[in-house]
Amino acid sequence: MTQNALTPGIVAGRLDPDAYADKFADLHPPLDDHEAFVAADRCYFCHDAPCITACPTEIDIPLFIRQIATGTPEAAAETILGQNILGGMCARVCPTETLCEQACVREAAEGKPVLIGRLQRYATDRLMARNSHPFTRAAPTGKRVAVVGAGPAGLACAHRLAMRGHDVTLHDAHQKPGGLNEYGIAAYKTVDNFAQAEVDWLLQIGGITVETGKRLGRDLSLDTLRAGFDAVFLGIGLGGVNALGLEDEDKDGIADAVDFIAELRQAGDLSKLPIGRDVVVIGGGMTAIDAAVQARLLGALNVTLVYRRGRERMNASRFEQDLAASKGVRIITNATPRAIHGNGAVREIEFEYTDDDLAPTGQTFRLPADQVFKAIGQTLEGEELPKLDGRKIAVTGAGRTSLKGVWAGGDCAAGGEDLTVTAVAQGRDAAEDIHASLMG
Amino acid sequence: MADLTSNFVGIKSPNPFWLASAPPTDKEYNVRRAFEAGWGGVVWKTLGEDPPIVNVNGPRYGAIWGADRRLLGLNNIELITDRPLETNLEEIARVKRDWPDRAIVVSLMVPVNEESWKAILHRVAETGADGVELNFGCPHGMSERGMGSAVGQVPEYVQQVTEWCKTHTDMPVIVKLTPNIADIRKPAQAAKDGGANAVSLINTINSITGVNLDNFAPEPTIDGKGAHGGYCGPAVKPIALNMVAEIARTPELHGLPISGIGGVTTWRDAAEFMALGAGNVQVCTAAMTYGFKIVQEMISGLSHYMDEKGFASTADLVGRAVPNLSDWQHLNLNYVTKARIDQDLCIKCGRCYAACEDTSHQAISMSEDRVFEVIDAECVACNLCVNVCPVEGCITMEKLAPGTVDERTGQVVQKDYANWTTHPNNPGKCAAE
Ligand SMILES: Cc1cc2nc3c(=O)[nH]c(=O)nc-3n(C[C@H](O)[C@H](O)[C@H](O)COP(=O)(O)OP(=O)(O)OC[C@H]3O[C@@H](n4cnc5c(N)ncnc54)[C@H](O)[C@@H]3O)c2cc1C
Ligand SMILES: Cc1cc2nc3c(=O)[nH]c(=O)nc-3n(C[C@H](O)[C@H](O)[C@H](O)COP(=O)(O)O)c2cc1C
Ligand code: SF4
Ligand code: SF4
Ligand code: SF4
Repeated sequence: MTQNALTPGIVAGRLDPDAYADKFADLHPPLDDHEAFVAADRCYFCHDAPCITACPTEIDIPLFIRQIATGTPEAAAETILGQNILGGMCARVCPTETLCEQACVREAAEGKPVLIGRLQRYATDRLMARNSHPFTRAAPTGKRVAVVGAGPAGLACAHRLAMRGHDVTLHDAHQKPGGLNEYGIAAYKTVDNFAQAEVDWLLQIGGITVETGKRLGRDLSLDTLRAGFDAVFLGIGLGGVNALGLEDEDKDGIADAVDFIAELRQAGDLSKLPIGRDVVVIGGGMTAIDAAVQARLLGALNVTLVYRRGRERMNASRFEQDLAASKGVRIITNATPRAIHGNGAVREIEFEYTDDDLAPTGQTFRLPADQVFKAIGQTLEGEELPKLDGRKIAVTGAGRTSLKGVWAGGDCAAGGEDLTVTAVAQGRDAAEDIHASLMG
Repeated sequence: MADLTSNFVGIKSPNPFWLASAPPTDKEYNVRRAFEAGWGGVVWKTLGEDPPIVNVNGPRYGAIWGADRRLLGLNNIELITDRPLETNLEEIARVKRDWPDRAIVVSLMVPVNEESWKAILHRVAETGADGVELNFGCPHGMSERGMGSAVGQVPEYVQQVTEWCKTHTDMPVIVKLTPNIADIRKPAQAAKDGGANAVSLINTINSITGVNLDNFAPEPTIDGKGAHGGYCGPAVKPIALNMVAEIARTPELHGLPISGIGGVTTWRDAAEFMALGAGNVQVCTAAMTYGFKIVQEMISGLSHYMDEKGFASTADLVGRAVPNLSDWQHLNLNYVTKARIDQDLCIKCGRCYAACEDTSHQAISMSEDRVFEVIDAECVACNLCVNVCPVEGCITMEKLAPGTVDERTGQVVQKDYANWTTHPNNPGKCAAE
């Protein structure tokens, strides 16, 4: 019997087998040539353009758009990738509505920014379709650098180091490189296995040895890395997750949103992936939105996202919130989970309304739930790390940590914004700093 | 609704919008639909002697585009009509019979000998057409055969052929001029001396719109080769306006009616040509780009405008701007303006800054938070910022009142008019009496 939308519990195959491809198709389909020309035509080629300042990797946006407009998308791609080696992924996942496109003067003029992200994708797709890699390595320096974590920060760092002539060993605990590009980002933002294709393309620079299945703290120690290499870069992201702090948090049906998403991203056949009928997601960031939207796309009947503060405080951008709403996710704000009900498996979850300062109101409600995803933040994991600043690695300048010869960047380092693009910027800048100190 | 009727050298039409001699007027089927759409008249596609010419069988147009691929300039290597003379004449007669209130002028181009012109004029007269236009303008193909602009570039030929035509017909004779000449007043004078009832201008401008960078051939490309063509469309309007105005303001040419052609696309373009002295206008590229329907916007637009201005007839508009066309040396040097930026409209693109900064004046400042302001002490009032600003009306030019100090020169702005002829720096200064 095929499972349908009304089947209670956590089951696979809620949708027609043909429906999955459609549901998980590209969120923003690529621009064709004509669309790209029309979009590029709208750029004013601003002086000291505000969009550049708003891009964490400071891509020269007016220049690359002009290069597209004059029929040289590959040159445009070089402009982009020279600043941001993961420009292809960033074009797909950046919350442009709060970055470059928010700053675009045509947003001020007409409420319709130049489509910077999609033009960036147009250019980078063109270059990658040729499978050519425009960057070459400098003369070998004889220096060896260990990069731990093959997410956006580690990849950007490794590439820039290799370009400067250093030999890089890139370690990652997972079986595949890519970090959250591979295990985290929503499936509809990076279709057709783009994350791995991009890593393969990036590694064409040469000089980077990838060692997967190597976890710092288990297979590697920071001390041996420091002894064996001229420098170490830590780009280990945030491996742990926060807990709700409720009793019965380990009941069946309760899971971490990041695990659900990772499983989804790795699933060969989405129709085999079980999903609840009544799904509740707790949290207000990108992870919460992605878990909720993808639960709906898998066929969950009711998906409710519950956030403890007001809507304007949610970390997910307005665009992301609207996307969720358009997919049928119900968003409840100002409510905190108080109790989990059910025998063995979760059946209901109880919330109390709270004001913006989280003060209780005494008013409670229950939501039916056969599956609950926790998305209330990720945390740094690991012992023997450099000094922390709060819950992340303390850094000064371009990612220098408290330990000599050890740099850090991306989500694991303090002060970032937990975005792919900031991780890239930090990895790149740390590489330049490592290069300067190794050669200086 | 204003009275748009037009009487151009005795040829009446319900409005001053004619289709220029070109593909839209090449056959009965087109001209009938043009009249249905509302065009006041047409100049029929140029007729020649039989056997008809042949056109290239590859591309005959090239173009340049602005934003959104809006066609700004068109280039063509088409020749005159490629259909038999008799066919065209029969069609002209039929259309004229059915549309008596519309103007039909027949464009002609035959070799430079009196017999040829005499013969074709007699045949045209039999159709009932309202007049003829002598095509001395076509700059490609026909000119290689000693016709078109090959005639238009030699004032003696222009005068000679015009005289022949005036001898052999009673129909009004309009002489169509080529812009591919240093001084447009010379062929205009020749036409006038030959007895022409009017001149029309401009025909197309010699041009190459592009080069194919793979096979290194000019475009449009015919089997790997290209020939220069004739340029028209919105891009040529400024050139055409100037040539029309030059004729309109030359005392010796005073009273010579002008049919204005070149880039007319909207009612506003038409009104500008008329204000600079054109009695009516002719349109080609705009109709080729958007179809016959555009005339509806031209009619409603000109009509609204004339109502607003209280113009009783198009004659009230024609030539109204001519007295204001001046030589540079007579422009008022005591007229001082400064650029003003409307901060509410400004979208902070910084184009005005880049333009002024890199154009020798450095008169716009840029703050940390992207506020752009004009520095009066540096602003020479050149208008470049106004022209590059993407927001219309965001930067304007404000006139300094007499008595205020121009911060750039430190001089008090004078209320009296003063020009270069009397300026102390002018070595050839003539004393103002
Ligand atoms: C569900 C989800 C959706 C997101 N969506 C977006 C989005 O749409 N747009 C956006 O800009 N950002 C998004 N983000 C944030 C973005 O993915 C991260 O900011 C970015 O990936 C951080 O890069 P990183 O290199 O610092 O860390 P990660 O991408 O987390 O990479 C860290 C890598 O280090 C490895 N590692 C961890 N610990 C060890 C260890 N001890 N030893 C060896 N290797 C280790 C991991 O296996 C991983 O490969 C999302 C995040 C999540 C969780
Ligand atoms: C394809 C094409 C063919 C033309 N053929 C003629 C012609 O046969 N006789 C003529 O006098 N002018 C001809 N012209 C010139 C037009 O009548 C007109 O003078 C010129 O295009 C400028 O007007 P516009 O800018 O409105 O197009 C032609 C123009 C084009 C584009
Ligand atoms: S702000 Fe907008 S218009 Fe200006 S350069 Fe950037 S993308 Fe182009
Ligand atoms: S416009 Fe018409 S005639 Fe000309 S090429 Fe296109 S289809 Fe052919
Ligand atoms: S060009 Fe216009 S919109 Fe742009 S900064 Fe200057 S005044 Fe503002």
